[in-house]
Amino acid sequence: MAKKITLPLTDEIVKDLKSGDEVLLNGVMYVGRDAAHKKLVASLDKGEKLPLDLKGATIFFMGPSPARPGRPIGSAGPTTSYRMDSYSPRLMAEGLKGMIGKGMRSQAVKDAMKEYKAVYFGAIGGAGALISKSIKKADVLAYDELGAEALRRLEVEDFPATVVNDIYGGDLYEEGKAKYKKD
Amino acid sequence: MREIKTDEIIKTVSELFQHSCHYLPDDVLNTIKKAHETEESPVAKEVLGKILENADIAGAEQIPLCQDTGLSVVWLELGQEAHIVGGDLNEAVNEGVRQGYDKGYLRKSVVRQPFSARVNTKDNTPADIWTTIVPGDKLKISVLPKGGGAENMSRLTVLAPAQGHQGIIDFVVNRVSESGSNPCPPVTVGVGIGGTTEKTMMLAKKALLRKMGEHNHDPEVAEMEKEILEKVNKLGIGAMGYGGRTTALAVNVETHPCHIASLPVAVNMQCWCNRHEEAII
Ligand code: SF4
Repeated sequence: MAKKITLPLTDEIVKDLKSGDEVLLNGVMYVGRDAAHKKLVASLDKGEKLPLDLKGATIFFMGPSPARPGRPIGSAGPTTSYRMDSYSPRLMAEGLKGMIGKGMRSQAVKDAMKEYKAVYFGAIGGAGALISKSIKKADVLAYDELGAEALRRLEVEDFPATVVNDIYGGDLYEEGKAKYKKD
Repeated sequence: MREIKTDEIIKTVSELFQHSCHYLPDDVLNTIKKAHETEESPVAKEVLGKILENADIAGAEQIPLCQDTGLSVVWLELGQEAHIVGGDLNEAVNEGVRQGYDKGYLRKSVVRQPFSARVNTKDNTPADIWTTIVPGDKLKISVLPKGGGAENMSRLTVLAPAQGHQGIIDFVVNRVSESGSNPCPPVTVGVGIGGTTEKTMMLAKKALLRKMGEHNHDPEVAEMEKEILEKVNKLGIGAMGYGGRTTALAVNVETHPCHIASLPVAVNMQCWCNRHEEAII
């Protein structure tokens, strides 16, 4: 049974999440990929105020396809996360507690997740049509000039995801592979 | 000389991209269904079920299967007895891409300068266009919207001829293993062997267009495809890398003669979302 979770995340919530848990996320999350991450970290370096409050925030690594008229968003599946690895620890230090994407993270990111008590969720790559059904509202928050790569704010209902990396060092990719590997 | 109008090419390219981004080919869909039935890992089974549900929603509600509607790869096989009228052939293909990505609400994912400014071209052009001249008076157009996640896992190596069969198997299986969850498994593994290196890469990519369930007509190569598939599916990566039996849906190997000193091998992977379509004008 999938656990229902209300965002933003707190220490209380993340301590009960273990790699392999299925979750349904509800509430507000943010969307950004490579270019938006680069800008966020550049702003932090310059001491500027960010366009979002990172405390307890969850960022979904995603760049949607354009919305058809009358719809909040187009297809909206995760992008490959390793491209955000060089930025994520910095954002976790500022309060980021959740990341949603697909694919393995670096050891530095996994270490930072333990240190700052943050989790990494996997969403099904390519299932952009299915995932879009859980997105009720989408607004561009900043960096509109980046098009599909703009920073967005989403309101989601029962957004389906799986805990890949938890705060205890659990890693579903490694555990799953070890379980089903044959020699 | 049979005349083929660029207007028809534009329309065809536009429709092929729109359709392929919303509907999986039947052979791909059926292979995923089979994997869903047989998968032992409950987590992977759940993922495969959602992938099938996603395909239903994409078609019924006209939402692209995946938000990454790719860089537009186009192969043209132009009959030498055909005459293109109405304008420039490559421009017609690009115009088809432009119109298809606009009308189909597909994502524009191309940046003009690759390593610094990276400004989006906003219409998904230019397409990668590969033209060959063939006998006949028709034009065959094959399209492959190629997403970044799977494409980024591509690799090329040039083995010593002495490494032979085993060297190829090790390279390909290792590539799939290292790619893990990144290319959205279960994947289709395209493998090119032979040629000079640009040819090798092209063989690997074009191998992705093959119908699932079909094997290379050379029995030795077909055997190799089966051997690699079996090895890859023992890796345990499974759907989305969460652990499972189906890491690849198919392994398609294409070969070409090569230099006496060389044994080039290329891998090009495609995600479960193996979208591609073709039309003949
Ligand atoms: S690898 Fe394929 S399925 Fe995955 S996000 Fe990219 S295009 Fe979509």
